[in-house]
Amino acid sequence: MTSGLWELVLQGIWVTVQLLVLSALVATAVSFVVGVARTHRLWIVRFLAGFYTEVFRGTSALIMIFWVFFVLPPAFGWQLVPMWAGTLALGLTYGAYGAEIVRGALGAVDPAQREGGIALSFTPWQRMRLILLPQAVPEMIPPFSNLLVELLKGTALVSVMGMGDLAFSGNLVRLALQESAEIYTYILLIYFVIAFLLTRVMRGLERQLKAGVGKAPRKTGTPPRRAPEGADAVKVGGGA
Amino acid sequence: MQWDWGAVADFMPHFWDGLLVTLQALALGSVISFVLGLVWALLMRAPSRFVRWPVGAVTEFIRNTPLLVQLFFLFYVLPEWNITFSALTTGVVAIGLHYSTYTMQVYRAGIEAVPVGQWEAATALNLPPRRTWTAVILPQAVRRVVPALGNYVIAMLKDTPMLMAITVLDMLGEARLFAQQNFQFTEPLTVIGVAFILISYLASVLLRALERRLVR
Repeated sequence: MTSGLWELVLQGIWVTVQLLVLSALVATAVSFVVGVARTHRLWIVRFLAGFYTEVFRGTSALIMIFWVFFVLPPAFGWQLVPMWAGTLALGLTYGAYGAEIVRGALGAVDPAQREGGIALSFTPWQRMRLILLPQAVPEMIPPFSNLLVELLKGTALVSVMGMGDLAFSGNLVRLALQESAEIYTYILLIYFVIAFLLTRVMRGLERQLKAGVGKAPRKTGTPPRRAPEGADAVKVGGGA
Repeated sequence: MQWDWGAVADFMPHFWDGLLVTLQALALGSVISFVLGLVWALLMRAPSRFVRWPVGAVTEFIRNTPLLVQLFFLFYVLPEWNITFSALTTGVVAIGLHYSTYTMQVYRAGIEAVPVGQWEAATALNLPPRRTWTAVILPQAVRRVVPALGNYVIAMLKDTPMLMAITVLDMLGEARLFAQQNFQFTEPLTVIGVAFILISYLASVLLRALERRLVR
């Protein structure tokens, strides 16, 4: 492979990383908003949040991408730049999976904690912000880490729309060289390395967050905690 | 936003063709992933680490890389090695292989959940290892993991549209073809989007019923 082709691959990595970071931010925002809304006391809010998760988990990420690229523009008369269209489609889809994680982790917090908040006459919002979320967030990190790898794999889908991400640059190199084994092996390896780095970062984050709420692994003598529901209940694996 | 029911009517014959291909790919992909996943899970319990280590590394690699790129790999590289399959077969193999790395973990969890007493009883009855597995451990392990396997079937369903990228005319492939020929994107894409939601919802209802039957 010539250096020009490697440059193409580097650009592809850059696009993939950008897309990954942006859609991860959107997905995180969506999952917290929708996940918290599913514990709301008004049934209509719970229903709408549940409807959102069912719809976006029900469709395939690739169909969402097609929809955002082809159906939204004529329907609303405006068109998104490919990067934002991809971010929106991936963020909304994976946000629905993330919402289930958030809901599961919130449900796994000891009920006595919530009752304590009520007894101290905290408002629902204070309870969520000061009591439930700080304890639930560390439990969310392992499933979120899996979801992040799924999201990374999902970013490859935008190459179908002609966005110049890593998978797309692989196709270009294949066309240039008329030879595919080498380049696709490199592309797969690069994805694997990115996924490996992501899981490492998330593991570090988990350790830090757990230490923040006094659940550091070195501390002994604390009673064993229940596993968060979200860890197993979430059906990750879709969409990528 | 203009909605044209005529376009929907024109698309429906293509939709049924696409649905058939999607379901075929899903059924065959599921079978491959169930069988291969069990093979990986059993190999991971092999006594020698020279078996465990490579199997672990390969499955970890497949699980952490995009299915789309794996599809391209199989679709473009295998012919270079003089192995030619149809696009659909390539897609089925890729999906089955990809998801076998997930089902493998499901089987592992199921095998580990079989109580130790069962192993001890098999030893006490002097059963040979083969019979311990086929008559004692696997029937209990597999029963436990059927719901989890079903979840991966639903996940697989949502990944079948990717086959379009290697020229398979599944639901999304048919929709795209129709859209490009008639310049009507809204209707076919919406129809298959709704169809996916309905199918995966139905599948999850069926799965819950199956779960109730098995876990008793």
